[in-house]
Amino acid sequence: MWFILTVNSITLGGLLFLLSAGFSLIFGLMRIPNLTHGSFFMLGGYLGVTYLNCGMNFWVAALLAALTMAVIGGLVERLLLRPLAGNAMQQVLLTLGLSFIIADLSLTIWTGDPVRVPTPGGLEGTADFLSLHFPIYRLAVVGIAVTIAVGLWLLIDKTRLGAMIRAGVDDAPMARVVGIPVSALFSLVFALGAALAGFAGLIGGPYLSIYPGLDSEMLPLALIVVILGGINSLLGALVGSIIIGFLFNFGQVLFPNLAYMILFLPMLIVLLFRPQGLFGRNA
Amino acid sequence: MTASSFKGLWIALFFVLLATLPLWISDGYYVNIASQILIWAVAAMGLNLIVGYAGLVSLGHAALFAISGYAVGIAMSAGFGHLAAALLGIGISILTAAIFGALSLRSTGIGFLMITLAIGQILWGIAYRWVSLTNGDNGVSISSRPAPFGFNIEDATPFYIFTLMIFALALASTALLVFSPLGAAIRGIRDEPRRMDALGYNVWLTRFSVFVMSGFWTSIAGLLFLYYNGFVSPQVLTVQSSAEILLMVLSGGSATLFGPLVGSTIIVLMKNVASSFVERWSLVLGLIFVLIIIFIPEGIVPGLVSSGRKAVQLYKRRRPPASTGADL
Repeated sequence: MWFILTVNSITLGGLLFLLSAGFSLIFGLMRIPNLTHGSFFMLGGYLGVTYLNCGMNFWVAALLAALTMAVIGGLVERLLLRPLAGNAMQQVLLTLGLSFIIADLSLTIWTGDPVRVPTPGGLEGTADFLSLHFPIYRLAVVGIAVTIAVGLWLLIDKTRLGAMIRAGVDDAPMARVVGIPVSALFSLVFALGAALAGFAGLIGGPYLSIYPGLDSEMLPLALIVVILGGINSLLGALVGSIIIGFLFNFGQVLFPNLAYMILFLPMLIVLLFRPQGLFGRNA
Repeated sequence: MTASSFKGLWIALFFVLLATLPLWISDGYYVNIASQILIWAVAAMGLNLIVGYAGLVSLGHAALFAISGYAVGIAMSAGFGHLAAALLGIGISILTAAIFGALSLRSTGIGFLMITLAIGQILWGIAYRWVSLTNGDNGVSISSRPAPFGFNIEDATPFYIFTLMIFALALASTALLVFSPLGAAIRGIRDEPRRMDALGYNVWLTRFSVFVMSGFWTSIAGLLFLYYNGFVSPQVLTVQSSAEILLMVLSGGSATLFGPLVGSTIIVLMKNVASSFVERWSLVLGLIFVLIIIFIPEGIVPGLVSSGRKAVQLYKRRRPPASTGADL
């Protein structure tokens, strides 16, 4: 039982990383918490299931869901957030209003019944190793999350695009002055964040399933991860996700009534002693 | 007659109108809606203290709204009487507001919003998941309304009058605060925190005291809500509920005394009307939210006033000044 809990914790941590990495990047660049991020996760899941029902392969559906979410995210940034540039509070509240609209439309389209997502073919069942049963699909999710984490790290730290994003994060007006197309980066990062969230929504499906209210369950987890790990730090998002993954799973088994309280404790400690987060830099 | 006493007369007249409302509308249903409007107005006035006057947007106030109801409901099912339960509930609410405020005021601006949202969600999680204490999804209920000072408020009209009295208290206390030195300090801190700090004001403590007061009035509204409905459930603590209260503040016009009442009137009426026509209130809520934020971020009342002025100016500008006298 300890073993499966550990596997579950790491799986959830991986999913949370996919969710919160985008959240953290958007926050770093645009200085707003995107409160539709939980909705992007849920919407990605629902869209993916719709593609699956059209007879698509699971991975194709996941990529297509990510792509659709990227387009939606880009549109949201261009059409809704861009006109409010410079007024962070208005932008945040707009993303909040948008999350209600998405939640309600999803309820209308996909009804209130939870949707079970089938485990993709070839990854069902468990692999036995050292007399331990590893659920293969969950390991695959962890593997994907790790791959994406490495990819994001390479993107941000090693490429020219990443350098531009980092410059935009550090000082957007100055980056603009030296000719970096910061506005285009905003759309790009927003689309990337939405795509990651949507992708996570479908690949998390066989484990979490998709249901109304999933959005408002995932959003606070992303918030806590980012508060814990520090804004705009991929490493922080990774460590924060793993911590929350473990606390969530173990907390629910050991103290079912207080699972939410236990999530809250590390956040409280971090806020008291290190308000910028574990890996955040001083403002 | 001076301008301020003239204004006072209007406010007195307005309260006379509110107090005699049950005489004008005899239908109990509408009296109950009026009670709902006043309850949410008290909550919005509480939130307005921190959003409007302190300039800190909280997305966790629904949790403070619900906690007094939960505390009273749980205390009463444990055998407490109405008065003892209410006092205990208010005490717990103030304590929660203090902890909530101390944590979220580690940050300001967007950080404050995120922390209040996270804490609000955690309290929602407790209400929803800690079934042995909070009865989970079903929530907690009370069997009867209290009888303050021996008055029976079971019926719609007496309850409305009771709510109106609490509303008047909340309004008076808000006005007192706003026009007090503390009120001036918090507005100063909203606009120029660094300067106020340099002038020797304790920025953190001022914000904290206003937060606790804000939480206090929001939780009083939550108590009224419990008495009105007879129960409180996790639905009351959702982000959506926090957003509704925030929308009342923003739509009515934040940092105004009567804005929250206007906002709660608009939202409660819309909610009642909308839910009788369309199935989905949250779609409507989201749309109103987005529209108000894009088009009239300063609030409906100030927005209407300023666009009315603009229209008048435009009208005047278009016509040569000489002809205005005759045409108007």
